[in-house]
Amino acid sequence: MAVVLLVLAVLSLPIQTATQLKLALGGFFLPLIGLTSSSRTVARQAESAVVPRRMLLDHIDDLKRENERLRLQLMQSNLVWQENLNLRQALGWKQQTPWDLRLARVTLRDPANWWRTIQIDLGQRDGVVTNLAVMTSEGLVGKIDRVGLWSSQVVLIGDPNCRVSAVVEDEKSQDGGIIQADSSSILDPSIVELTFLGGQSAAKPGALVVTSGQGGVFPKGIPIGKVIETRNVGFGMSTEARVKLSANFKHLEYVWVKFP
Amino acid sequence: MNYLNTGILVLAAYLAAYLASCQTPLNQWLGVQIDLRPALMVYCGLRTEWTTLSLVAVLGGLWFDGLSANRLGISILPLFVIAFLVHLNRGLILREQHYAQFVLGTAASAASPALTILLMVGVGQMPLIGWGSIWQWLIMALVGGSLTPALFWLLERFSKAFAYPPVSETSFRPDREIKRGRV
Repeated sequence: MAVVLLVLAVLSLPIQTATQLKLALGGFFLPLIGLTSSSRTVARQAESAVVPRRMLLDHIDDLKRENERLRLQLMQSNLVWQENLNLRQALGWKQQTPWDLRLARVTLRDPANWWRTIQIDLGQRDGVVTNLAVMTSEGLVGKIDRVGLWSSQVVLIGDPNCRVSAVVEDEKSQDGGIIQADSSSILDPSIVELTFLGGQSAAKPGALVVTSGQGGVFPKGIPIGKVIETRNVGFGMSTEARVKLSANFKHLEYVWVKFP
Repeated sequence: MNYLNTGILVLAAYLAAYLASCQTPLNQWLGVQIDLRPALMVYCGLRTEWTTLSLVAVLGGLWFDGLSANRLGISILPLFVIAFLVHLNRGLILREQHYAQFVLGTAASAASPALTILLMVGVGQMPLIGWGSIWQWLIMALVGGSLTPALFWLLERFSKAFAYPPVSETSFRPDREIKRGRV
């Protein structure tokens, strides 16, 4: 009886109090997270001790080449960026500022199979607030939902609580819709649904889907994924598309948090 | 059952909540997060008293919900109900048999997520469920059931390690002693 009363009391707590309590409970796991992280580091060090020197040298060589290629790309991007700035200045448009990104490590996943959330190791002490966009170098991942002192919870695209305003990039037009969870692809977290596209939508398989910038949470132009199939719904009144997400949700180890 | 054993069960609930949220190769391969708390509640229902099983259900539920997007406290009641039912019928269960442990673990691992989802829908949360959830449910039940005998074995070892050793009974009875010599 006492347990039932306790459950009723906890369930009827105000949302803010419940969130604070959740964060406090999540704090209990910080020692284990630290322990796991340390053991991984030790395992990697042990692994690097037994890897043959030849293999390491080859790996360094590959990285040097990739570094050179990326430096070249960065130089080209800087030129384009500067050109863009000059043109914006000439036209009197608002100046764009480069993204302020911070790398975070994924520490835990949602233990329940019916939610798609992750925990990252950035929190209030790092300046994280709710609703910041979270992404990888491949594309959008989700947004910050709950912030603790040391860690934050990220609600991923495909969770019922994460909806993203998106557009299909097409040569002719830009159809807008809402990215939301797809209950028919629960076992594959990389598939989501793009709904509320127009009835005459030109979205075709292979088309790129990016954030629209509407809604104020996600900045415009972050890649989300690619359309894999479309279908008409509501007697042709609207179109729905299945989208394969660009980011690899099965192997999320590090993510970028975009600060305002 | 002493305080150390209760502490071990609470620690087991803590580790079970943590393991459920870790990304292991098994989870990635199956596409399912494995929860060991229902199996733990079966053990608590069979081996412990009301206070211990209530404590493990409450803390296990709160820790799990603390890491999840679940409403806080929603998974306490399913765990408690499992332990409660097992505890009520513990006299009828062949608790030493691995088969009985497997069956109970499977049933508990199937009942816990189903009850949690029912409660969530009841309080207005809409979790992500579809046809794929049936696969996840089956895998959770089977893996949970398969791990139950191993969990019993492990917890029994700990229980024996921290319990007082049983007093050995001798076959000597003073009233049956044959007195020799003159009385």
